[in-house]
Amino acid sequence: MALELKDITYKYSAGTAYEITALDHINVTFPDGEFIGIIGHTGSGKSTLVQHLNGLIKATSGEIIYNGQNIYDKDYSMKELRTQVGMVFQYPEHQLFETTVYDDVAFGPKNQGLDDKDVALRTYEAMEAVGFPQELCDVSPFELSGGQKRRVAIAGVMAMKPAVLILDEPTAGLDPMGRDEILNMLKETHERTGNTVILVSHSMEDVANYADRIIVIDKGQIKYNDTPKNVFKHYKDLEKMGLAAPQVTYFMNDLKNAGMPVSTDATTVQEARDEILKLMGR
Amino acid sequence: MLRDITLGQYYPADSILHKLDPRVKLFGTLIYIISLFLFDNIWGILWITLALVCVVRLSKVPFSFMIRGLRSIIILLIVAGVFNLFLTPGQEIASFGIFKITMEGLRNASLMTVRMVYLIIGTSIMTLTTTPNQLTDGLEKSLHGLTKLNVPVHEIAMMMSIALRFIPILIEETDKIMKAQMARGADFESGNIFQKARNMVPLLVPLFVSAFRRAYDLAQAMEARCYNGGEGRTKMKPLKYVSRDRNAYILIFVAFVVTIVLKVVL
Ligand SMILES: Nc1ncnc2c1ncn2[C@@H]1O[C@H](COP(=O)(O)OP(=O)(O)O)[C@@H](O)[C@H]1O
Ligand SMILES: [Mg+2]
Repeated sequence: MALELKDITYKYSAGTAYEITALDHINVTFPDGEFIGIIGHTGSGKSTLVQHLNGLIKATSGEIIYNGQNIYDKDYSMKELRTQVGMVFQYPEHQLFETTVYDDVAFGPKNQGLDDKDVALRTYEAMEAVGFPQELCDVSPFELSGGQKRRVAIAGVMAMKPAVLILDEPTAGLDPMGRDEILNMLKETHERTGNTVILVSHSMEDVANYADRIIVIDKGQIKYNDTPKNVFKHYKDLEKMGLAAPQVTYFMNDLKNAGMPVSTDATTVQEARDEILKLMGR
Repeated sequence: MLRDITLGQYYPADSILHKLDPRVKLFGTLIYIISLFLFDNIWGILWITLALVCVVRLSKVPFSFMIRGLRSIIILLIVAGVFNLFLTPGQEIASFGIFKITMEGLRNASLMTVRMVYLIIGTSIMTLTTTPNQLTDGLEKSLHGLTKLNVPVHEIAMMMSIALRFIPILIEETDKIMKAQMARGADFESGNIFQKARNMVPLLVPLFVSAFRRAYDLAQAMEARCYNGGEGRTKMKPLKYVSRDRNAYILIFVAFVVTIVLKVVL
C-alpha cells in the first residue's frame, strides 16, 4: 500500500496573467513505512507538492492513488484521507487557537470523532512524544516560547495518528538544539510506530541524517529520487539548483582530491569519522 | 482557492496608459465621469464611445477584464432599467396590460444603462493600468493642497497603501490557516449558520493574532527607521511629469471642450 502520484501538474492562477506552473508532470511513489526527505530551493514547488498529498490542493491534471483508490473519485472521502495523511504546515505555531494547550492538541482527535477517553489518551501520548511537559497542558498556547509552540502544533497533528506524516520545513527558524530535538523525535516515532514520514526541508544536513530516501525537486520537476549516498554524488548538479551537499561530502571529496584513498560515500559526520578511522587503521 | 482572487485587479502590460502619471489618469477619469453625466443626446454617446474605444485599444488590456466589473452590477442594471422603462410617464409607444412603455422611459432607460456601463468600464481601465501604490501616490500628490486645511493627506495615503499592501498577505494567511485546520479535520462548509459561525473560531483566532503581530512588527520597523510622518519626507520614485503627461492633459482638455461644444450646439 502506498501513496502514488501519477503525472501531476499544478498551475496557480490558471488562465490569468499570473499563471505559474508550480508542478510539472510529477510521477512519484511514497511506499509505506519509509522516511523520505524532499529537498529543493525556495520556490521549487515542495510545499505545493505535499499539499496535494492530503487533497488540500487539487491537481490541474493527473491522479493521486492512496491505498489503491483514486482520491479524486467523486465518492472518495477527503475527511477520511486527512485523518490518514497528516500534515504539519510551515510555521505550524501560527495555527494555534485554543485557550489551553490540551484543547489545541485535542482538536484533531476530536474532529476524528473519538470519545473523550481516547481523545485524552492520544493527546497526552502526542504531548509526550514531542517532549512537551504535561504539567503545562493547561496554560494558554500563546504564552509559550517559540520552540514550545512548535512542539504543541506538531503534537496537534501527531495526536491524530496519521499513517503518513508530512512536515513542511518543521525546523525553520529554530535554534540547532531545537532542530535536533524535533528531528530526533520524528525519527524515534518513525522507528517505534513504522509510520511513513515525509520531511520537507531545504537543509541537506537535516535530510542526510534522517531520511532513507531523498527526492530532489527543482522548478516543479523531480530531479533525483534515490538514497542520500547516491543523490549527494551529484553534488555539483545540486549546486546548480541552488542547493548544497552536506559539509561532510565536500570534506571527503577534498580529502580524496588531496590523495587520501577514502570513499566519498559518507553523508553524515558519524560515517565520515568511521571511514577516516578505518583508513588510519584504528 | 482563496488566493485566486486578484485584488486591485492591476493587469501588467506595456502600454502608454500604464506609463502615464497616475495624476493624469485620476484627472482624466474625473473628466470622463463628468462628461458622462453632461451629455444627453445621441451625439454625446457617439463621441464618448469613440473616446472610450481609443483608450481601450491604447491600454492593451483584454476587453474581457474590463467588463468583469459589470458582472457585479448586472442585477442592479436590469432592475433600474426595467423601472425606468415602465414607470416613466410620457408619450406611450407600447403597452402590456397595466404596464406601458413610453418614449421618455425608453430614453431614460437606455441613457442610464449606457452611463452605468461606461462608468464601470472607464474606472476599470484606470485600476487595470495603475498599481494600487501608484494610485495612492497620485492621490497624495493631487490632494497635497488640502494639508493647508489640516487634512492629514500623507497619513491617509500611508494608511491606504499599508492596507492595500496587507490585503493579499491576509488573504494568503487565511488560505494557509484554513488549510492547516482542514488538515486537522476542521469543517468550514457544513452545518447551520450557528455551527458555521462556531467552526470559524479556529480560523479567526489565529488570523487576528497574526494580523496584530504583523501590525506590531511593522510599527516597530517603521519606528526603528525614525518614521515620523510626511513632513520633509522624500520618495524613492517621485512622481514627475514628462512630455507624454503634458500631451495627455492637452488631449483630455480638448476632448472635454468637444464634449461641451456638442452639448451646447446640438
Ligand atoms: N498561492 C500561490 N499563488 C500563486 N503562486 C504561488 C502560490 N504558492 C506558491 N506559488 C508559487 O509556486 C511556486 C512553488 O512554490 P512553493 O510550492 O511554495 O515552493 P517551496 O515550498 O519549494 O518554496 C513558486 O514559484 C511560488 O511563487
Ligand atoms: Mg515551502
